[in-house]
Amino acid sequence: MSVSRRGFLQGMAAGTLAAGTAGAAGFKHFEGYPGRYGLLHDVNLCVGCRSCEVACNQVNDNPPPEPPTADKSVFTKMRRPTSKQYTVVNRYLNEADGKPPVYRKQQCMHCNEPCCASVCFVHAFTKTPEGPVLYDPSVCVGCRYCVNACPYYALSYEYEKPFEPRVVRCTMCYPRIKKGLKPACAEACPMGAIKFGRREELIKLARERIRKRPADYIDHVYGEHEFGGTSWLVIGGTSFAKLGLFEGVTHESIPELGSGFLSVVPLIVSVYPGLLAGIYAFSKRKERLAREEREAAVSEAVSKASEETKQKLSAAADKAKKDKDNAVAQAVKKALAEAEKASGKEVSK
Amino acid sequence: MNQPAKSPARLLTPFNVIAAVILAGGAAIGLLRFIKGLGATTNLSNDVPWGLWIGFDVMTGVALAAGGFTITTAVYLFGMKEYKPIVRPAVLTGFLGYALVVVGLVVDLGRPWRLPYPFIVKAGPTSALFEIALCVMLYLTTLFIESTPAAFEWLGWKRLRKLVGSMTIALTIFGLLLSTLHQSTLGAMFLATPTRLHPLWHSTYIPVHFFVSAIAAGISMLIVEGSLSHRVFRDQVEISHEQFDKITIGLGKAGAVVLLTYFIIKVMAIGLENEWHYLATPYGALFLVELLGFVALPCFGFLLGYRERRPLLIRISAVITVIGIIFNRLNVSIFAYNWQLPAERRYIPHWMEIWVTVAIVTAGVVAFRWIVKRMPILHEHPEWRGVH
Amino acid sequence: MYHTMQDFLTFTKGSCYILAGLAVVIFIPFWLFLTDREKKN
Repeated sequence: MSVSRRGFLQGMAAGTLAAGTAGAAGFKHFEGYPGRYGLLHDVNLCVGCRSCEVACNQVNDNPPPEPPTADKSVFTKMRRPTSKQYTVVNRYLNEADGKPPVYRKQQCMHCNEPCCASVCFVHAFTKTPEGPVLYDPSVCVGCRYCVNACPYYALSYEYEKPFEPRVVRCTMCYPRIKKGLKPACAEACPMGAIKFGRREELIKLARERIRKRPADYIDHVYGEHEFGGTSWLVIGGTSFAKLGLFEGVTHESIPELGSGFLSVVPLIVSVYPGLLAGIYAFSKRKERLAREEREAAVSEAVSKASEETKQKLSAAADKAKKDKDNAVAQAVKKALAEAEKASGKEVSK
Repeated sequence: MNQPAKSPARLLTPFNVIAAVILAGGAAIGLLRFIKGLGATTNLSNDVPWGLWIGFDVMTGVALAAGGFTITTAVYLFGMKEYKPIVRPAVLTGFLGYALVVVGLVVDLGRPWRLPYPFIVKAGPTSALFEIALCVMLYLTTLFIESTPAAFEWLGWKRLRKLVGSMTIALTIFGLLLSTLHQSTLGAMFLATPTRLHPLWHSTYIPVHFFVSAIAAGISMLIVEGSLSHRVFRDQVEISHEQFDKITIGLGKAGAVVLLTYFIIKVMAIGLENEWHYLATPYGALFLVELLGFVALPCFGFLLGYRERRPLLIRISAVITVIGIIFNRLNVSIFAYNWQLPAERRYIPHWMEIWVTVAIVTAGVVAFRWIVKRMPILHEHPEWRGVH
Repeated sequence: MYHTMQDFLTFTKGSCYILAGLAVVIFIPFWLFLTDREKKN
């Protein structure tokens, strides 16, 4: 599904004709900050020692991981990051393929176009030029949309705090990076399963490893493009779906997917007043015309009625006159006849 | 038509006592939430940060309060004057509904005193929630102003009454604009969560689904609430049963058309992303129950109820539709959300969450009852008879 | 120069909200001025 068609359909979705907007940002492509850092996680090298968890908790002033690293029963259940543990290593079983289990470290992926940043209505998240996505607790309102939306379930919330709960997650050790150090997990990993460096370089390195040992690796660098790409890149010999990652998802970022509809909002705001005022004016006009028609019909009926009445009256007047004339004529005739009779009697005497 | 002052003993009706207990409990839990944190009063987790308070109090509440913009549009923009008697109760319900949505939100937010931050400190305009917050704030104000004519008539404040009366058309247009925006954007929130909402409910068109279903919810709530009010507040009602039945039947006609439209676009959404195979799964069964039992069925009910002029059938269909909308919003926000998570990480509401929700609804009913028994909501004020 | 789409969208959507608000506000006096003299008839 191309960007332009999705963007177009989203415009249609509001019931308004989209002005052919291709996507949330037209048809631009954004490369992101050049030279930004990333991490390459090679699951073929991870043995599940959880040294990264220990180092991460230490650096972030969290209590040591529970259960301790010696306890291997921890892997019987899938874990996720929590407010006291920003990263976890899970074991993914591979028995179906007759292969040994695979371990993968899970944490905030520091996406190129972060979902959390896109859904935050107080702009509490920022993608830094160095690569990490940072959270600003000084503006956070605690709506937890970010926690709810993150496709990697990477965010946690401090529900136990009544007044200052924060969203917490891996920070890619931003303070350490600024000092020129590596993130604690990369530093601590004894197997080299976590490599820190510039993202562009790491992608080249990943491709190189895949090229050198094609039997051991799937020919795909996870995180290069998925949902717009992430700072954490994963390579390995097991299918990514089996590792709890997404396979076959769009390269469109979540801000793109989530914000597309919002482009229609200003359109609705611009069109509705004129449209609705127009509808109101039309309905008032219909009412007025209906009323005028009614009034015209009534006055026509009234004038028709008065015309008929007038005619009736004049006919009656004529008739009355006629009757009167007849009566007068009759009376005159009678008088003449009597006068004639009287004069006739006198003549005969 | 106003109630005389009641003596203290007469205030202790069963309804009042039960309502008081519910409200007191709700307040206590609210207090506990601010003393011990959300973790003490909810079953929310890192996997499920949005539970009953967001899924029901906020999302469902907004949908069910949609009668206000629906009926004001019909009466004032389309000129359908015969529905004027139900405008005031609808607007009142809308206002109380949205006010309570804000209460529900405030209890759920981590730092509710920071609610104005997006507008005065730092804006996140790429967020659907930004638009929803802005629109709900403006719409609550609009509904408040639209509710004031009845209050001003009751108070005898003639100048103010005239002023707000002259704003009716503008407020109606503004209300329809804001409602279109936030009703659809509540759905658009899930465009940012394509992997977490089950494909049968997720769609590029989810904003349209939410808007159309909100209209259906509004129409149905007008019928349900209207029927309840006409029975419970019989002594306040001015219009005849026949006139009210005619209104009900007319609303049934609208309901039939809207539900049919909604049904079609939901089916279309499956076709668009070729998701037919999901219908054969357990979630597919849930979806079909929602679509067939609570959309198609009441659509037929409205259809037949209108043709045969049977208000009772229309009322039953309205009740089913309301349940269906609640069901849909809960499916989208809770049941069909995080659908790939293992069962032990899914969510069941804490009893305190349920209590607070019930308390919020109770508060709405109590406020509605208080206002309807005093102000010209179900009848016209003698000095303002026949006025706009 | 915006490096990420998120930054670009923050700016564009922010400006469009303001423009939309202006549009609504301007419409009211526009309409009143347009229909002012209708009452005379």
